[in-house]
Amino acid sequence: MTVPRIPTSNQTIGPYWHLLEDKSWADLTRFGAAGETIVLTGILYDGDGPMAEGCIEIWQSDPPADDRFPGFGRSGTDKEGRYRFTTLKPGAEPGRGNAQQAPHIDVMIHARGLLHPVVTRAYFAGEALNETDPLLASIDDPHRRATLIARPEGAGVWRLDLRLQGDGETVFLDV
Amino acid sequence: MSDPLPFAPFAPATQPDLDSPAYVGTRKRHPLRAPVKMPQTVTETTGPRFSTAHFPPVADLSRVGGKEALGERIIVAGTVTDGDGRPVPHTMIEIWQANACGRYHHPGDQHDAPLDPNFHGNGRVFTDAEGRYRFMTIKPGAYPWPNHRNAWRPNHIHYSLFGPAFATRLITQMYFPGDPLLALDPIYNSVPDKAARERLISSFEIGLTEPDYALGYRFDIVLRGRAATPMEN
Ligand SMILES: [Fe+3]
Repeated sequence: MTVPRIPTSNQTIGPYWHLLEDKSWADLTRFGAAGETIVLTGILYDGDGPMAEGCIEIWQSDPPADDRFPGFGRSGTDKEGRYRFTTLKPGAEPGRGNAQQAPHIDVMIHARGLLHPVVTRAYFAGEALNETDPLLASIDDPHRRATLIARPEGAGVWRLDLRLQGDGETVFLDV
Repeated sequence: MSDPLPFAPFAPATQPDLDSPAYVGTRKRHPLRAPVKMPQTVTETTGPRFSTAHFPPVADLSRVGGKEALGERIIVAGTVTDGDGRPVPHTMIEIWQANACGRYHHPGDQHDAPLDPNFHGNGRVFTDAEGRYRFMTIKPGAYPWPNHRNAWRPNHIHYSLFGPAFATRLITQMYFPGDPLLALDPIYNSVPDKAARERLISSFEIGLTEPDYALGYRFDIVLRGRAATPMEN
């Protein structure tokens, strides 16, 4: 017999997390993962412009995590607001029911001034499955949808800017 | 393949509002549009596993290279359970905090309080098979911040937890009982529900104390449980 309990409240990560100084967490291939290596990078903005001191985290369930591939990464944003991950390109994933999801990476943002994390996704431009992905299909406005789609920026480099507030605000997810 | 069992939504008013005007830092950082509702998929119901081989525990923050930090030694211990009261075993907890003087060992912290070379304020522990964790540290000091005139953060320890899935990620702060700054703190008070807020306050527990060495505080943490079980009203 278990007693239902209310989950602990979130609080802001604040500006002083030492771990953000450790750049190794942004490289998901550092334990020797092999596969199609990509860079996922972009600028984090708040309502005032590029935002230093942000903390971006990613999680992908494909390729499956193992001893060599953590599936999880963490990158601080630099003075120009830039985050940058090295990871493996994800493949398609099962969705709910019989749906297929296009390749994607979950993206979480923490920062001073954010009282709980916000979540979004990075998809990849040009994937055929983007047309039928359940989440992308649920967003009617093409400008809004585009905030979830990373664009190629050179070989193996994908660019997705993240906007917390204002023009071009990123679509955040209630999951 | 059957659909993954989703994690339960949060109870109303138990999580802070992103738009909390009293906390000035939220003004340009809270999204203006409502988040898009999305059913959890395998991406959200799975999450990272951290092995102690790659992520070695640091359970004693009270010394660096064998040299004792200044301040009041404390032991912090508690449990991590899910919304159904089940222990969350072998999950990683990251901890960070200011030193006894209220200064972070961080280049961005310019507060004019002493740094302590023997305190980095950076820890990592794992829960055991029963969901219990414990670490040793120094009681953090209060520190001023520029939110409003004469603003001071209550004593607090920052926590980062993962739990079983990306959907159970939690970033929070542990406070201390009887702190007069709590009533004045916009971050603490950003949680609308009073009972939920008060669960962020640790309890002094004489049983956790090590005689002649350190005082003990308990801080129990609850992560989201699965949605299929009955929810508390
Ligand atoms: Fe702090």
